[in-house]
Amino acid sequence: MSVQARTRVPADEGAAGVWSRLRTGETGPLPLAGVLVLIGLVFQVLNPAFLSADNLVNLTQQSAATGVIALGVVLTLHLGQVDLSVGAVSGLAAAVVAVGSVRAGWPLVVAVLAALAVGVLVGLLYGSVHARIGVPSFVFTLAGLLVVTGLQLRVLGRTGSVNLPFQAWLVEFCQTAFLPAAVSWLLVAAVVVVYALVRVRDRARRVRADLAAPSWADVGLRVGALAVVLAVAVAYLGLDRGVGAMFALFVGLVVLCDVALRRTRWGRFVRAVGGDAEAARRAGVPLRRVFVTVFVACSTLAALGGVLAAGRLAAANQASGAVDVTLTAIAAAVIGGTSIYGGRGSAWSALLGILVIQSISTGLTLLTLDQSVRLVVTGLVLAGAVVLGALQRRARES
Amino acid sequence: MSTPPSRPARTPVLSLRGVSKSFGAARALVDVDLDVHRHEVVAVVGDTGAGKSTLVGVLSGALAPESGTVEVDGRPVTLSDPATARGLGIAAVFQDLALCANLDVVENLFLGQEPVRGPLLDEVAMERESWRLLGQLAARVPSVRVPVSALSSGQRRSVAIARALLGEPRVILLDEPTASLGLTQVAEFLTLVERLRERGHAVLVTSHSLSDLQAVADRIVVLRLGRTNGEFDADRVTYEDLLAAVTGVAR
Repeated sequence: MSVQARTRVPADEGAAGVWSRLRTGETGPLPLAGVLVLIGLVFQVLNPAFLSADNLVNLTQQSAATGVIALGVVLTLHLGQVDLSVGAVSGLAAAVVAVGSVRAGWPLVVAVLAALAVGVLVGLLYGSVHARIGVPSFVFTLAGLLVVTGLQLRVLGRTGSVNLPFQAWLVEFCQTAFLPAAVSWLLVAAVVVVYALVRVRDRARRVRADLAAPSWADVGLRVGALAVVLAVAVAYLGLDRGVGAMFALFVGLVVLCDVALRRTRWGRFVRAVGGDAEAARRAGVPLRRVFVTVFVACSTLAALGGVLAAGRLAAANQASGAVDVTLTAIAAAVIGGTSIYGGRGSAWSALLGILVIQSISTGLTLLTLDQSVRLVVTGLVLAGAVVLGALQRRARES
Repeated sequence: MSTPPSRPARTPVLSLRGVSKSFGAARALVDVDLDVHRHEVVAVVGDTGAGKSTLVGVLSGALAPESGTVEVDGRPVTLSDPATARGLGIAAVFQDLALCANLDVVENLFLGQEPVRGPLLDEVAMERESWRLLGQLAARVPSVRVPVSALSSGQRRSVAIARALLGEPRVILLDEPTASLGLTQVAEFLTLVERLRERGHAVLVTSHSLSDLQAVADRIVVLRLGRTNGEFDADRVTYEDLLAAVTGVAR
């Protein structure tokens, strides 16, 4: 039996292989990271302040809240569904935190938990209605957007705006909390070591099982690349205030979602249902549970995003979680490379997508161009991402 | 291998008693009785719309019957969903194969039955078992890590059959497996079915072709307009008898 021949990786290498993977979108998030670097260089040429450590720290901190919301959107897009109410849910969560802790006098922790519970409830409702009745999620969540926005206005009351005290831990966490340099470096070291161990152990198991295993060079390259990227980021942001606590939380959630999507049964079910729900059902995938858990995760992340936004603004008002937030979050997920057709994507698209959008926004602001240009440019980038996604889909099917 | 094929009065692995299923006004199955034993290949033939796919749907847990009982080893069971049927040792290869095109071969093979190590999937075990299963079927795929959308229709069918064999089910349902096959492929397929019978599986195969399955089947059950319209010993029945039963023409 030609075990060696069978276990060879197919002739995927070389320029032709790279091009075909680019064309069909099998390359993962790497090309987009390249685009991000390109955007950075262009803005740097136009305004030398862009790549300053100070500006990049601001950029990462401004990305976090909407990025967390975009992460939830990535999950629903994996099912081929979309939740149009994520912005509204984030606004309601912001209102609950502010009104609960300031007006009702709850401990801040309780207010935050209540806000997250709102997200869980909304998601439960969407998920079970979709799973049982099959209402298209984009209309049903549009209805949810209206209801939730109404609730947000009611919770905020007549003044329409509630300020959080600056000494509240949530505000400090979102505005002024940065990881101490030592902690950042310890985290980098821990992440690299864990990643290396996982890779090495995985390789050893594959070799023992007589399966195609990555070469030592490949393992080394990946571990080295991760170490370099993390070290450069931490060192450069460290020239200014360092890695923001809120941004670190966001990246942590992205990693968590990435592992859940790629390495757990739940994640596999999600991708299967997004690819072909009926085939997944007949293979024994519990459809209802998948729909409910994904919608709950999405709304809860939206609520968390709202809580973070309230902390960063030190206030909740009627504009919290406006339609703009929903659109930015969905745009980020799509620009990041998650397919709107379901079944394909990556948690990393939330991070990369929101960084692209926020870079464009910050870059144009530095060039003293106004909102109008920002909207047009972001819209064009989104259009480009959708067209690219559709072309890749077509290339895969042909 | 322990039970001789023709021992009388064996308990069937799977049997239907008076099973009916309608879709709106259309009665897809009417009062159907059917038994499948170990070491036995039962062919279900019938014209388009005779209820073959509905029968496979009911047996695999994908469709819920309106009335009648399904028995496994003589005990009545409720096949409320495909996972339950799998748990009872009933696996199906559907006519449309029911694979997720965006998932790779390994992911499809183990969908719904993934082995885990702690909270995480055991990819190594899955990949090794995938090669073993596909090797058993003499199936050639370029890699078990390519998405199913990149495979030919023959390779996809191999993946679907390999998935059905996963975990050694006792009953294997094959819905119209020969529909899109060339002559050589049909011959290969029949060899596979014979191997499954030798290994002790109970096999139920549907077809709208009267001749494809006769060589391999032990019994041929004819469905016509949702009803059982005759049950024949495959060795003795003539093409004319089958044709008459399938079309409902009196002879």
